[in-house]
Order: sequence, then structure tokens, then C-alpha cells
Amino acid sequence: MFLVAAAAGVALRRLSHAPLLVYGVTGAVCSLLVLWAVLRLAGGAGVEQAVLPLGLPWMAAHLRVDALSAVFLLVVNLAGATACLFGWGYDRAHAAHGHGGDQGPVLPVFPLFLAGMNLVPVADDAFVFLVSWEFMSLASWLLVLATHREEETPRAARLYLIMASFGTVCLLLVFGLLAGAHGDYSFDAIRAQPPAPWAAGLAVVLVMVGAGSKAGLVPLHVWLPLAHPAAPSHVSALMSGVMTKIAVYAMIRVLFDLVGEPAWWWGGLLLAAGALTAVMGVLYALMQDDLKRLLAYSTVENIGAIVIALGLALVFKAGHTPVIAALALSAALLHVINHSLFKSLLFYGAGAVLSATGTRDLNRLGGLIHAMPTTAFLVLVGCTAIAALPPLNGFVGEWLLFQAILNAPALPEWELKIGIAVVGAALALSTALAGACFVRLFGTAFLGRPRSPEAAGAHDVGSAMRLGMTVPAVLCVLIGVLPTPLLRLFEPAIRLMVEAGPFDDRAYQPWFWLAPTSAIGNSYNGLVMLVVIAGLGIVLVAGIHRWASARVRRSIPWGCGFTDPDPAALSQYSASSFAQPIRRAFGTTVFAARDLVEMPEPGDTRPARLTVSWRDPAWEWVFVPVVRSVERLADWLNGLQFLTIRRYLMLMFFALVTLLAIVAVVQR
Amino acid sequence: MTAIQAVFLQLVQIGLVLAAAPLLTGWVRWVKARLVGRRGPSVLQPYRDLLRLLRKEVVLAHNASWLFRSVPYLMFAALWLAAALVPTFTTQLALAPTADLIALIALLGLARFYLALAGMDVGTSFGGIGASREMMIAAFAEPAMLMVVFSVAILVRTTSLAEIAVTMTDGVGLRVSLALALISLLMVAIAENARIPVDNPATHLELTMVHEAMVLEYSGRHLALIEAAAMMKLLLYVSLIACVFVPWGIALPGSSGAAALGGLITFAAKLAAGGVALAVFETWIAKMRVFRVGEFLGGALLLSLLGAIFLYVSRGV
Amino acid sequence: MDIGYDAAHMLGAVVLLMSFALLYQRRIFSVITVFTFQALALATAAAWQGYAQGEPHLYVTALLTLVLKAIAIPLALHRIILRLNIQRTVDAALSVGLTMVAGVSLVTLSILLVLPVTTDAATLTREGLALSLSVVLLGLLMMITRRNAVSQVVGFMSIENGLIFAAIGVAGMPLIVEMMVAFSVMVAFIIFGIFLFQIRERFDTLDLQKIDSYRGESR
Repeated sequence: MFLVAAAAGVALRRLSHAPLLVYGVTGAVCSLLVLWAVLRLAGGAGVEQAVLPLGLPWMAAHLRVDALSAVFLLVVNLAGATACLFGWGYDRAHAAHGHGGDQGPVLPVFPLFLAGMNLVPVADDAFVFLVSWEFMSLASWLLVLATHREEETPRAARLYLIMASFGTVCLLLVFGLLAGAHGDYSFDAIRAQPPAPWAAGLAVVLVMVGAGSKAGLVPLHVWLPLAHPAAPSHVSALMSGVMTKIAVYAMIRVLFDLVGEPAWWWGGLLLAAGALTAVMGVLYALMQDDLKRLLAYSTVENIGAIVIALGLALVFKAGHTPVIAALALSAALLHVINHSLFKSLLFYGAGAVLSATGTRDLNRLGGLIHAMPTTAFLVLVGCTAIAALPPLNGFVGEWLLFQAILNAPALPEWELKIGIAVVGAALALSTALAGACFVRLFGTAFLGRPRSPEAAGAHDVGSAMRLGMTVPAVLCVLIGVLPTPLLRLFEPAIRLMVEAGPFDDRAYQPWFWLAPTSAIGNSYNGLVMLVVIAGLGIVLVAGIHRWASARVRRSIPWGCGFTDPDPAALSQYSASSFAQPIRRAFGTTVFAARDLVEMPEPGDTRPARLTVSWRDPAWEWVFVPVVRSVERLADWLNGLQFLTIRRYLMLMFFALVTLLAIVAVVQR
Repeated sequence: MTAIQAVFLQLVQIGLVLAAAPLLTGWVRWVKARLVGRRGPSVLQPYRDLLRLLRKEVVLAHNASWLFRSVPYLMFAALWLAAALVPTFTTQLALAPTADLIALIALLGLARFYLALAGMDVGTSFGGIGASREMMIAAFAEPAMLMVVFSVAILVRTTSLAEIAVTMTDGVGLRVSLALALISLLMVAIAENARIPVDNPATHLELTMVHEAMVLEYSGRHLALIEAAAMMKLLLYVSLIACVFVPWGIALPGSSGAAALGGLITFAAKLAAGGVALAVFETWIAKMRVFRVGEFLGGALLLSLLGAIFLYVSRGV
Repeated sequence: MDIGYDAAHMLGAVVLLMSFALLYQRRIFSVITVFTFQALALATAAAWQGYAQGEPHLYVTALLTLVLKAIAIPLALHRIILRLNIQRTVDAALSVGLTMVAGVSLVTLSILLVLPVTTDAATLTREGLALSLSVVLLGLLMMITRRNAVSQVVGFMSIENGLIFAAIGVAGMPLIVEMMVAFSVMVAFIIFGIFLFQIRERFDTLDLQKIDSYRGESR
């Protein structure tokens, strides 16, 4: 189906109705798949396998849909459907304005990208998995290149290609290790013969590196904030909101399904990586002035939270407390869908801002709440959700995660008990910083006064784009208020992975109440909370309007007698100045952040300037050394080109002898 | 019968926190004035201030948006609910299962998030200063509080406030973790309520203020709501500390109406004692520089983390 | 509920807390005040253990700690600082925040070290060991990360406090009194050392660039 859409995209590029057709068909297919996934999950989600005579002659392609695949298909296609809606509107807006360049290359690749992401969860052998994984990577790479006129894009694309290939190689090794000597690459065969402990451990590390580089685990995240924002916004939304989730899927599939009985240190590794990723991701995000790059870094943070949840599920599974593992895994899955919803919502919002003002620089925006009221409201919903505030969906995931963390004493290992306390602190820190980050985003982009003529002259976007944002916003509220039905829907997948569900079926629990079995009798109810806040608010408004003065006078704001005559409103707080206290508290050590204030002499009419400089520790500590050693190696290899024939032969001879020796040793 | 009773007690609680909050603030101000040798205004002065503000007209900036006008209501409602969730005189509250301690902290975060946004709405420097500093403080205070919850919850095996009060009444012994958690929570409470040494609620100097800068543009009934919400927050923190660390006197499940009355009296005594302690502390200590706040609250966070770690050293966990 | 256990535990926590407070301070006089409090807590802990274990020599330890560490040494340090006009701010090689983070990691480390080793020991002993090891490590951390001579002396004395805390926690530990006297003599020597090294520290402080960096802003 997607292929048909893609073909249509190629064929009909020149036609004026091509976008409508491509996005329409793709969107319809996605919606159908969403429906199908929901029905499958609701119907208990049995396993369905198919063998297609595709690929190499002696290796048929195995496909399989189980509950976990269905969950991820739901996530992919839900976001895919809204992306089609938004993308169509975005395309139209661009066609009307003429700026933003030719969106043509996007059309044929977009359905291919979705097709790739749909194929990964249904793959049932390593071959299909890797091919569709690579398909997805290449399609998204092409989408990143689509807007190649922007100067940063080539660099982003190059880096992305390197990291994606690196990730694929790691995954290839993972499956090599898992398949072991018998060399059967179908997942059923791998399940039937769990690898040796050392191989399993190595596979776990490699899958963390391979899938982690796609998901954006620190320090493998460096490509992500460059590549994700470079694509058109609806594609950014899919890359950030969904493609990273496919990487999470790969982790879950390998860690919980394929490698067999887990060891406790695997989870410990995930917990450490997740905690580092969560805190670093949000700190990076806080220092960004580019709207979309900020969102991309916030994806890194959310992936950190998801990986923490996976790590918890894994340690509890290894500790033979499956009920708590189910709690942690349901937190992970819930956060997967939550993040795909609010991150795509926010990327659509960024796209709307971009299409209305032509800029993504927070320090050139401002005051958009007046010009774009609908977008502002929807983005506000997204910000509230991603900042993990009740009664929206972000908080539910956070709540489940903390309930799982509170079960740490059930574990036997001292290292884990204490480590989980530290991870909990890191998670709490990242949540609080995320709050600051999204106050900063919304406050500078949508509130205050416009900082540039473009921001001042903005208009709200068209109805298709607004609808594309409304759907995820509504779902954010809905899941926040009624999480239990969704978790019930996910229950088969959770049972499949950890052999227990989050809910106790013996005790009656109403569908609007969230009280998981292992959460030590704790409960949360977003619905009641929302109703009570609304009720108290109504009482309040009624009371105030009954008894208080209702007069309103408009005036100029108070600035100690100073009225800012500058149309660019430079006296208000900018994104950089908002982050200054946090930068100062956290950034000076980790990022070597420095504020340089250039203050003119009294009488001088130049404005004072604040320049912020910071360095990326991931680059500095990980990648620069790697690049240096690679260069050194390359230099050394370069020397090989100028050897005599005799030396070449010698080299080959030694290589041959070494290989033979290895074979001899292995044979024994 | 018990359901009706719980709803009734919940309504009483909702009214109680609304009525008692300004009284607590007035009490703290009065004690502080006495400590520095002034006669001080009557403890009822905050009520008069609020009424006066309610009767005044609202002066809005030209570019204030709908967000600016709706935030006071939202924030007040969120804090009102939060205050109503903390058991003050009884644990039999109808809303108790709706939200546990974690949700309570998030509810406080919700109020803070929107207030900070409102601070940035008009686009003056003051709002920005206040909002950015408030979020910096929250970035430390919120995790510190969650770690306090972590220590307490692991010790008593629940995060539901009513359950915590019940278990703590039975006693869990003197615990290093609890002591560290208490110190940390006190530091957080001071910071979150904009008290000395983190912020000074009595000044309007831009260098020292956080909360006041953020709400500088508010006036009239909006300001009244925000001030009242701040008072409510102070009450909330005092009753939270009382509920977790000195729960004795709270009416427990299955107790009679007389126990609830007794709970009311002990709650009043706890509030009075908390107010005196706060006033004495504020008179004794000096305001710190804004950039020491990071270290102060970072210290709170580390203390609470230390408390959580020490849980495993002591017996029983 | 065992009140003896709880009280000992609590006093140990106060000693540890004071170690953290030492790391947090930025003025020399506050450092000395905090150290006084630590010594007081230690003296109380020693007296409490003397009462709980019925060991009279622990009372002597308590008294010695009280007189020497809580009264004599702080007074002497005060006088030295005033007389010699030693710089009054703590010169930190590592910022306060990072020092605290390092401190918490050290405490975690010592707990992780002590707990698995002492699973059979009485709870009180293992806690005492965990606490005192933490105090010792924090004292070392203070000596490493603070450049002033006075801070380093205080750091050294808090290491000693940690050792004494470990000694009093274990029932029937001999030679505590002797150990204390030996340490005190050593401390006295170090304080004399400050007198001698003072000249150098003062010359350091005359360095204008350095004075510039003391204007208050940490960075």
C-alpha cells in the first residue's frame, strides 16, 4: 500500500494534486492500520505468522505480528496519520507562500519511510529486520536531505549516515551473536536456543549501542539534534516521535524476548545510560535557541526516561518479581505512546511557527499567542503534557515509573537498591528541568512581545495543520485522564514480555481508576483531579465575579518607569537569559558554559551584548578522540599504499597465516 | 455512611484550608514583628488585604493575553485542591485515593508552571527574571521533594498521604533517613514559599526577588488570588510536614467525630508552632545571594538522596 | 523499638551531616563553628555509648573530645586567624556543588563497601562503620579540595573524628583514650605548623590577581 502511494508520489510529482493524493492515501492506510492494531490488541492479540517467498532464494522472509508489534504499529501509524494531515497542510502553506523551497522530494520518500517503520515491528527474522531497519534509515536520510538548501543540512545528513550505518553494523553483530553457530536467523530459532551468557551479555551491550544510537542515548545522540530538525516539520515529528520508538522496540524485542533469561547487570547498564541520557538531554535542550533543535534534545531526554523504565523492568524481571517488572514495562510503553503524541504535536507546532514566521530562532519569536491563538493553545497542551504535569498523559507515565522505582527494596542487589535511588533522583531532576525547559519554550516563542517583524506579522496556520495538531492534543488529554483502558490494551504485550500484567484481575477495578497491583496500594485518578480542579475553578470564578470588582483597565506594563521604545522589544527576557540561572547552576561544569557580557561605556549608544558559549561534552570526550584515532589509523594505512610489491605480499602472507592459525585454534 | 462522612470531611477540609491560610500568614507576620520589637499588624490583616485587593480594579498591560488572565484562577484552583488533599485533621478524606504524594508534588508543579508562564506573558524584564529564577529553584526543589517522598514511601511502603499519616502515627522509630528527609523538606519548603533566606516576600528589589518579580504585573482580584494562593501554599507545606513527621492527633480511620474535633485542635496547635518556628528562623537568618540558592537547594537534593541511601543501612528495609 | 540504638544512630548521622556542612561552608569562621558542632555531637555520642555499653572510659573520651575539640582547638584557631590576619574565605579547588556531589558519592561508596562485608555483624556496628568511613572519606575530600591551611587542619581533625566514632561504636575497643591523646598532640603540631606556614600563605594572598578573584563572585 505504501509502495503504491510512493509510486504515486513519484509519478505524480508534476501534478498539482499530488500532495493531496499521496498524503491522503498514506493517511488512510495509517488510519486503517491504527484501527487494525487496536482491534487486534482488544481481541487479545494472538500471534500471527507469515512466510513470504521474498529475498534471497534460500531464505524466505518471516513476518509475525504479536501484541508487542501491534502496540508499536499503533504508535507508528497514529503519528503517521496525523503527520499526513499536518504534512498536507504544511505542503499547501509552502506552495502558497513560496518560501521553504521545493518540498517535491519529500512526497515519494515519505510513504517509504512509514513503510519501513511499519516493517520493523513485524519482522520475524534478522534478515527482514535489518533490511527494513536500513530501509527506514535510508528513507529518513533522504528526507533529511530534502531541504538541502539550508547550509547545515549536508553536515547533518553526513553525520546521520555515519551513525546509522554504525548502528546497523552493531545490530548485525547482535543477530550474529544471537544466532550463534547454528546460523538460523529466524527469531523463533533464536528464541528456541538462547545464547551463552557471554554472548548474551555482549549482545545486550551491542543492542544498546546499535539501537541506542538510533534512539539517541547519550553520548551517541550527537547526530539526532542535527538531523531531526533538518527535515520538514511533519517528518521531524515522525523521526523524533516514532523512529526513536522503533529503536526502543528493537531494544525491547532483543532484551526481553530474544536473549533469554536476563542478568541483573543488563538492567543496571540500561538504568545508568537512561539516567545520564535523561539529565544530559534536558540540559542540552535548555541551552538551545533553535525551536526544533530544542525539541530534538528533549526527545533525547524522553528516551532516557523510557530506557530507565526498560532498565527497571529488566532488573525486576531478573529479580523474579514479574509484577513489578510489568509495572515498569507498562510505564515504558505508556511513555512510548505519550511521547510520540506530544512530541509530534510540538513538532507540528514548531512547523506551524516556522511556516507562519519563517524562523525557528526562539530569540526572534515572541507574542505569537495573539497572532496564532489556536496553535498557541495546542502547543501549550503539548508543553504541559511533556513537562509531566497532571492531569495530562506525561504525568501518568512518570507516576507509573516512580511507583516502579519505589519498589527498589524488592531487589536483592545492594548496588541496584542504592543505584535506583540515584536514578530516581536523576529522573526527578530531569522532569523538573523539563518543566523549566518548556516554560522557556512557550514563554519566549508564544508569550511576551514579538522580537522580530516576522513574529509581529504572523497569522495562524490553515485548518489542516490545526486539525493535525488537535488530534494528538486531544489524545494527550484523553490518555492523561483515562490511562487505564489504554494500559489494558497494552496488557497482552506486557504479559508477553514479562509474564505478568500490571493489573490484578481478581480485584475489581473501575476503568477510570489507575491502581496497579504492585504500586503498593497507591492510586491516581486524573479524571477526578480534572473534574475537581474544574469544579473549584468554577466556584472561584463565580465567587470572584459575584463579589469582587469586575473592572479592567488597560495600561502600559510597569518597567520602573522605563518604556521600551524598541520594536524588537530587546529589554524583555530572551531564551538565553531565561536559561542563565540554570546554565550557571549546572552548565559551568558539564558544558563549560560561559557568559560573556559586553557592556559599552556610559554615553556609548551601542547596546550591551550577552554572548553565551558552551561546549558539547559528548563531542569533546567521546567523538573527538575517536575521530583523532581514526585519522591516525587512516594516516598509517595511507602509508601502506606506497609499499613495494614484496612488502604487500609479506602483509598478505602474514594475514593468511594468522587466519589459518585462528581457524586451527577454533577447530580444536 | 462512611462515604458520606468522607465527603463531608473533605468539604470541611476544603473550607478549612481556604479559611485558615491567611490566618497562618498573619500569624507568622505578627510573630516576626514581635521578634524585632514592633507591635505588628493584627493577625487578621491578610484577610483585610485580600478583601481590599478584590475590590480594586484590575490594571492589565496592553498586550496581556488570555493566559495571563486565566492563570490566577487555574493556579489557585490547583493549589486549593493540593491543600485539600493533605490530611490536616483527619485522614478520612474522600479525595485521598485520587492523588498520592507524587501527584501532589506534580500539582504544585502545575501551579508553578503556569505562574511562570504568566510572568513571561507581558514581556517585561521583571516577569522574565522572576520566572527564570523560579524555575531554577524548582529544578532543585522538585527532585529534592521527590527524594524525600522516596525515603518516606520506602519506609512506610506507600505514597498515599492518608496511609503515611496512619503508619507514622504508629511510629517507625528515630531514623537517620527521616531526619535527613525532614531537613531537606524544610529547606525545600523555605525555598518554595519564597521565604528568607532564598527569597524575601517583603521586598520589591529586583535583585532579591523571585516570586514578587514574577507577579509584578498582577493587580486587583488577580493579585488577590495569587496572594491567597501563596498563603495556601504555605499552609500546605506546614500541614504536609505535620502530616508526615508529626502526625499525632490526626483522626485515624474508624474514629469518631470527637476525634476529628481533637484533630482540628491539634492541627491549630501545629500550625501555630510551625508559624513561630518559621518566624524565628526568618528573623535569625540573613538572605543569601541568588546564586547561592543553587548550592542551598542542591544541598537539599543531596541530603534527601543521602536519606534515601541510608534507608538501606538501617534495619528493616 | 530500641531507643539506645536509635539515639546512637542519630548522633552518628549528626556527625556525618556536620561533615557535609564543613564542605558547604565558604567562610573560615563558619567552618570552625561547624567543626565545633561536630565535636559536640561526637562527645555526646561517646557519652551515650559509655552509658549504653557501661564502659566508663568512654566518658573520658567524651570529656576529652569536649574539652579539646569543642572548646580548646576552636578557640585557638579563632585566635590564630584573628592574630595572623589569615584570609577569611575558604579557597576551594573544587566548587561547593561538585564537592557535595563527590561527598554523596563517597558516602554511597562506603555504604556499598561496608554493607556486603558486614552482613552478619550487628546492625549498629555496620551502621557505625558505614558512618565513620564516610566521615573519614569526607575529611579527606575536604583536605584535597580546600587550599587554606586552616580548612585542611579542620579536615584532618574531622578524619580523626570519624576514626574515634568507629572506635566508640564497637564494644570493648581498647586504647581509645590513648589514641585520642596521640591524635591531639599531632593536631597541636599541625596548628603550630600553620604559624610557620602562615608567612607563605600571606605572601600568596598579596598576589593582586588572587585578591581580584576573591571579590565575591565565585566565577
